[in-house]
Amino acid sequence: MIHFVLLISRQGKVRLTKWYSPYSQKERSKVIRELSSEILSRGPKLCNFVEWRGFKVVYKRYASLYFCICSDQDDNELETLSIIHHYVETLDRYFGSVCELDLIFNFHKAYFILDEILLAGEMQETSKRTTLRLIAAQEELLEAAKEEASSLSSIIAQATK
Amino acid sequence: MEQLKTIGRELAMGSQGGFGQSKEFLDLVKSIGEARSKAEEDRIVLREIETLKRRLLEPDIPKRKMKEYIIRLLYVEMLGHDASFGYIHAVKMTHDDALPLKRTGYLAVTLFLSDDHDLIILIVNTIQKDLRSDNYLVVCAALNAVCKLINDETIPAVLPQVVELLGHSKEAVRKKAVMALHRFYQKSPGAVSHLVSNFRKRLCDNDPGVMGASLCPLFDLVTIDAKSYKDLVSSFVSILKQVAERRLPKSYDYHQMPAPFIQVKLLKILALLGSGDKQASESMYTVLGDIIRKSDSSTNIGNAVLYECICCVASIHPNPKLLESAADVIAKFLKSDSHNLKYMGIDALGRLIKLSPQIAEQHQLAVIDCLEDPDDTLKRKTFELLYKMTKSSNVEVIVDRMVDYMISISDDHYKTYIASRCVELAEQFAPSNHWFIQTMNKVFEHAGDLVNIKVAHNLMRLIAEGFGEDDDATDSQLRSSAVESYLRIIGEPKLPSMFLQVICWVLGEYGTADGKHSASYISGKLCDIAEAYSNDETVKAYAISALMKIYAFEVAAGRKVDMLPECQSFIEELLASHSTDLQQRAYELQAVVGLDAQAVQAILPRDTRCEEIEVDKDLSFLNGYVDQAIEKGAQPYIAEDERNGMGNVSNLRSQDQHESIQHGLRFEAYELPKPPMQSKVDPVSSTDVVPVPEALSYRETHPISSVGSTSEAGSSELKLRLDGVQKKWGRPTYSTPTSSTTNSPSEKPANGASHVDSATASYSKSRDSQNTKKTEIDPEKQKLAASLFGGSSQPERRSSTGHKASRSSGGAADGSRGSKAVEKTIQQPPPPDLLDFSDEPTVTSALPSVDPFKQLEGLLDSSMSSTTNHNAGTATIAPDIMSLYGDSTASQDSLDIFHGLSTEPTGATSGETTVTTLPQSVKGPNAKDALEKDALVRQMGVNPTSQNPNLFRDLLG
Repeated sequence: MIHFVLLISRQGKVRLTKWYSPYSQKERSKVIRELSSEILSRGPKLCNFVEWRGFKVVYKRYASLYFCICSDQDDNELETLSIIHHYVETLDRYFGSVCELDLIFNFHKAYFILDEILLAGEMQETSKRTTLRLIAAQEELLEAAKEEASSLSSIIAQATK
Repeated sequence: MEQLKTIGRELAMGSQGGFGQSKEFLDLVKSIGEARSKAEEDRIVLREIETLKRRLLEPDIPKRKMKEYIIRLLYVEMLGHDASFGYIHAVKMTHDDALPLKRTGYLAVTLFLSDDHDLIILIVNTIQKDLRSDNYLVVCAALNAVCKLINDETIPAVLPQVVELLGHSKEAVRKKAVMALHRFYQKSPGAVSHLVSNFRKRLCDNDPGVMGASLCPLFDLVTIDAKSYKDLVSSFVSILKQVAERRLPKSYDYHQMPAPFIQVKLLKILALLGSGDKQASESMYTVLGDIIRKSDSSTNIGNAVLYECICCVASIHPNPKLLESAADVIAKFLKSDSHNLKYMGIDALGRLIKLSPQIAEQHQLAVIDCLEDPDDTLKRKTFELLYKMTKSSNVEVIVDRMVDYMISISDDHYKTYIASRCVELAEQFAPSNHWFIQTMNKVFEHAGDLVNIKVAHNLMRLIAEGFGEDDDATDSQLRSSAVESYLRIIGEPKLPSMFLQVICWVLGEYGTADGKHSASYISGKLCDIAEAYSNDETVKAYAISALMKIYAFEVAAGRKVDMLPECQSFIEELLASHSTDLQQRAYELQAVVGLDAQAVQAILPRDTRCEEIEVDKDLSFLNGYVDQAIEKGAQPYIAEDERNGMGNVSNLRSQDQHESIQHGLRFEAYELPKPPMQSKVDPVSSTDVVPVPEALSYRETHPISSVGSTSEAGSSELKLRLDGVQKKWGRPTYSTPTSSTTNSPSEKPANGASHVDSATASYSKSRDSQNTKKTEIDPEKQKLAASLFGGSSQPERRSSTGHKASRSSGGAADGSRGSKAVEKTIQQPPPPDLLDFSDEPTVTSALPSVDPFKQLEGLLDSSMSSTTNHNAGTATIAPDIMSLYGDSTASQDSLDIFHGLSTEPTGATSGETTVTTLPQSVKGPNAKDALEKDALVRQMGVNPTSQNPNLFRDLLG
């Protein structure tokens, strides 16, 4: 089972946290502090796993962003690594060549997508297409509102030219 | 006009980049991003909290605004601050009818609240309503919340609906219902135990997603009780077979593997079901063999499936053919350049080693490489493997390595763990007591306060009992070597308390035993310890007890006790100590030193630690004294349980038989302490370990009897049993005439070290002759390998070396081929869709010192206004700008990390070179997106400055 997911930037800034096991706010900060110092200091050639307090933390760096998942001792690390990559690929398809900035400003969307992949600490859906279709269905309403704003903005833009 | 322009820009921002938030929020995110320190970040967040508190109090907040506030609360909470003041608004938002708002509300509550939060009760009602909704998206949102927020108390409120949803027409709902029910099962198995058959039903769901989800609860159920699920073996096997044969929809493929996540789950379940069940295992052999054959070992996920296969093969009833192919996979892992695969290989080796011990020998050099790797994680995994393969022939090498590693790390959690491993191995396999003591010394010195106190008592017992055989000379040799080593060690600063306790005890018992050191020398050392660690009462107690023993031995031997002034002052200090225990010990010491030799010998006889102490529980030796007292009119003693109910009988009084116990309260003053005359009567001899007694209420009136009773309590507490030890201390299989208590070379051959040398010699010789390739291997490593993996039986080794060398040479050839293949994949250029423009050393080297953004400032600003309508126009200049954003330092190493996992490794030919020369053509249509995004954030003032240029990099480079 997965206990938490963390996204940390190379500067140690938190980009996303999701806790599947109960941790108090104090414990959370401690966990983040401990793990980010441990993971950020690891060299590039080392393996992507860290044993930590009897758990395993699997992390992977994408550009300047570290995706970390903490799972049970007997979980398959390579599978966890693939779950991370699966999530990143899903994000990439959703945002269209995702970069850290997308996640900074749209962290709530990153949460929504994560919620469609992982639920209650387990992987609920392994098909990217299914995940994205569900997200798209949820956002249909939003899209309508956006289009409206977009047409309005182009009118204004043209007017101000 | 200006104003209109800003409005237009803001609107454009909302629509274009998809950042649907207000300027205020974007500014917040931006300033957090630019914060240079944690303190600055905290200040900004605190300010934001104040703003939000104010805003949330405003009346009639429009819903859109509210949604943003909730997201801002999420942000605050994510950064580790308390946003509880706004929780209620998130709860309210879940009541909203509009899906986007409801969804945000549910997201917020799942992130804010734990399942025992008070506000949950306000949400349960909404969840119930939403679970009944016609809109399946609403139901999905509610089910997401159910998984996080429902606890064992609220399960009954939603359970019927969740069960009903298992048959919902939408697969997304069924899937989430399965996960929710699984969560209920984890939280309160009793509440849903009658419903577990639903999981079996969902295993046959039409939708692969639902089927995959049902594997999670089934795995849990099988873990708990494999027997009741044996009937599903054939179903699982056939599902696995179908998955492996690509019968699932293509969308479940991941990196060309058919539904690998489902395969992994199934393999885990099969491993449990096949364990110890020959029949079940046999039905799995074919499919396992197929998967191992088919799995693609060039991708991460392919290796994940392979690893899971090995775990399964190791767990089920063994099959030689499968074991062989599993061993081949392990070989591939270990020979890989990737640390990840090495790690998995070591782990897999540890699983397989019980079934086929010989495979470790094939990989000995790879294992040693991993052991010496700078990567801590890999090293620890290797120690785990070594722990599993420790036997009496290699224990010295392994434990020495472990101790060295233990000394080098600072992580207390792991240090404790590895220290206990060292102790465990040393206790189980120690080839000699001398080695054991030396090893324990090291463990204590560096992790003394982390190990279990029993370990210390075991060590003291061992020193006291020696070999437990008839050889007294070796025993005393052992003791004096322990004393010598401790006298050396105590000079070092900051020793752990527990180690000091052992040292004090040993010095007290044996410091003067061999006559090498004078009593004053040892007592001086003891005082030094007590002085240096004056805050540690336990150590002081051990020190004063040790002093007492030293002096007692002196007195008993008829020598005059010459107390050093520092000892004198130490004792005086303790006489006035606040700790009654220390005080009592000091008084005892004073009393004992004042007695004559015969009495002292009776109290503290030398070298009787191992003798059984007969405890006279009835205290019959006091009978005369008691009778006398009764004759004189004292009240007879009444046992405590009889006395109970008589009101306030204090502990103090219960000790005194003379006291009248008739009245409930005493008003007269306490009696004066009696002189310690009873000490002469008390024949209880000194015993070994005198732990600091818990009972501090003993009075000085009974000093010696209290010593007796504490040591008695101690011995029963510490379980100083003789029998247990002997069994553990297995001798090495080969003969050891006198175990290595001395370092004389003549004794060495007995101890395995010589095996190493000769074995290595023969080993390397055969290697040299047969395999010239391997000659460059460090002889040190070979030696280590030989001592780790061989050395148990020399003749066997000799006969097998030739065989082994040829095998390993074959392996090496394989390995070089394998690594070539790996290299090939590594050199494979990144996918054609190279979203990443920053990997261009040429650009950065051309502009080494100039800030590219400064130069581009004007260009961007002028192009900015046109971005909204003229994307096509800006796209042409996009590549140049993007390339300038690159930073070469970070890009180089990040590229290294990525190429192993390149998304779709289509056979792109010279991707990298194209990038350097013609970046535009590679970026393709994505350039537009990237540029837009980029322009947008720049507009907001987020600049890809040197602080974090990677913000703009595509994550999937």
